[in-house]
Formats: sequence, C-alpha cells, structure tokens
Amino acid sequence: MTESVIDIVSWMCLVAGGLFGIVGGIGVLRLPDFFTRLHGAGLTDTLCAALILLGLMLQAGLTLTTVKLILILVFLFFTSPTATHALAKAALHGKLKPVLAAKESKRSNI
Amino acid sequence: MVHAISLALVSFALWLLLSGHYVPLLIGLGALSALLVVTIALRMDVVDREGHPIHLSPKALLYWPWLGWEIVKANLDVARRILDPRLPISPIVIRLKATQKSDLGRVIYANSITLTPGTVSIDIDGEHIEVHALTREAAQALRTGDMDRRVTRFEGDE
Amino acid sequence: MFVAAGLTILVTMALALIRALLGPTVYDRILAVNMFGTKTVLLIAVFGFLTGRPDFLDIALAYTLINFIAIIAVLKFFEYGDLSRAGRSRAKRVRR
Repeated sequence: MTESVIDIVSWMCLVAGGLFGIVGGIGVLRLPDFFTRLHGAGLTDTLCAALILLGLMLQAGLTLTTVKLILILVFLFFTSPTATHALAKAALHGKLKPVLAAKESKRSNI
Repeated sequence: MVHAISLALVSFALWLLLSGHYVPLLIGLGALSALLVVTIALRMDVVDREGHPIHLSPKALLYWPWLGWEIVKANLDVARRILDPRLPISPIVIRLKATQKSDLGRVIYANSITLTPGTVSIDIDGEHIEVHALTREAAQALRTGDMDRRVTRFEGDE
Repeated sequence: MFVAAGLTILVTMALALIRALLGPTVYDRILAVNMFGTKTVLLIAVFGFLTGRPDFLDIALAYTLINFIAIIAVLKFFEYGDLSRAGRSRAKRVRR
C-alpha cells in the first residue's frame, strides 16, 4: 500500500520535473534577449533538477544511492548560480546591454 | 585548527559514503586522501571561516527550507509567464544595497538572488549588487529587503 | 516511467540545442551549453535507474563538477583570451 503511494508520488515528481524542464527550454527559445533567457535557464536548473532527483530518491529509498542523489542536488545548487552569475557578468563586461521594459528604463536606485 | 579537523572528517565521511566498500585497504586509502586534502588546503591557506564555514551549518537548516519555498514560488510564477501567449514580462535592472558584513554573507545573498528564478545578480561592486529582474514585481519583492534581512541573520555575528 | 522522464529531458536538451544553434551572441550559446550539461547530469541519473545500474550516479556526480569547471573555463577564455591570468575583477577588488 505505502509502496504504491510512494510510487505515485515519485512518478508525479518525475513528470512535473520533466515538464518544468520543457517550460524552461521553451523560455530559453521564446524570451527576447540574453538576460531574460538566463531566467528561463534558471527554471531548468532549480525546480526541474530538484523534482527529478527527488523522484529518483523516492525510488531508491534509504540507501547509498539516495546519498549520492542528494550530493548531486547539493552540487547543482551550489554551482548553478555561480555559473549563471559568471555568465551574466561576462556578458555585461562584453558590452551586452540588457533590453529593458519601455517605460522607466532608467536604472533606478533604491 | 577546528576547521582543519572538521574538513578532514567531512572529506573522510564523503569518501565512505561514495565508495560503499568497507574493507581495511580502502578505508585506509580514504583516510590518507582526507589527510592529503587537508594538507593541500592548509598550504593553500583556505581553511578558515570563509573557506569552510562550519559555524553556519545549524542556521542553514532554518534558511534553506525558506529559500527552497521561495524558489518553488518563483518557479511557478516564471513558468506561468513563459507559457502565457502575451509573454507578460517587464525586464528591469536595479541596484540593491547588501547589508551583510562579510564577503561570505554577500556571496550567499547574491547566490540566493540568482538561485531564485526571475532575478539574477549580474554585478557586485563593494556593498551594492546589481540585479536583473524578469518582472517589475520580482524586483519589487527584492526591494522590500526581506531576503537581505534573512541572509544577514543567517550570516550572524562575526 | 523513467522512459517518460528521460524523454522530457531529451526534449529539453533539443530545445537548448536549438538555442545554441540560433545564437545570436556567444553568451547565448554558452548559456545553452550550460543548460545542456545540467540536463546531461539528470539524463545520466535517470538512465542509471532505467537500466537498473545506480553506479551511473558516480558519473553524474563527476559530470556535475566537470560541467561547472568547463563553463567557467570557457567564459574566462572568452573574457580574457587566456586561462592563466587572475582576471581584472580580482585586481579591482584588492584596492578596497
């Protein structure tokens, strides 16, 4: 009984993660400029990866496999923002200007 | 010294978890590798509060779940906007003041911003972080400074 | 069900590849490659479960780290033209 419940939850996690990945992919194709595309890629880096790995963890149960999956998740969550930031900073220094919304395009200070 | 011992223990635990073979030879090799890692890290002078922040571990248990929930909410919002045929985005660049005292705290803040979809930190200059936000609402949520205060509390006293 | 998850990951990888082909700037392509790498990690993990050999996870683990280092190296190469220098931003920070 509990096993089939865990199976269903893990199935839902895997499918939801996959769907988030596809939405992120669509975003990377659809969004208008490089800096907005970063957000689309962020979608696939965070919730998509987390849900898919969570789904696999539920399948593996309490074993060393789960520990490895958790480690993959931790490494991904530590490295992906660093890579994204490095990418954005390189683009900014490479004289790529972000396209801003039409009104209030001035940089606003807090 | 505390940091060196903790680093050795963490490396050795990592070896044990990843190998999965518990015979004397392999455990001995693991202990040797852990010691080698600590030696190299000491020579590189990276074993300190910044390189191995163990003082943050208890508070991470409070901060990470909150951050995780924020990430889930932001993900749903961005996904909804991408799938909307009208593509209702309003990209904006804002400058935020980071109130953290240490470089480590500012790195945690900037990475938390980037990890939340819809906002990306694109440049750090001293105490100011430049953020590119996908929507004006996301930028507004950052301006309230809720995340900034939580990271400052997470970083704690120096 | 692992087949379904693997297929969605493959579709995402295809979308990332299209962006890598379209460009238009070099940064768009690196972004697509970064995304492709993350998806590769997930695909290896799912594939390990699909074939019933969780040993694949070790490869996924190593690939996570290699992917990160590769992206940083490529970015550094495009920004400075070589990999051996410490970089401008670091020199700027020293003056504080």
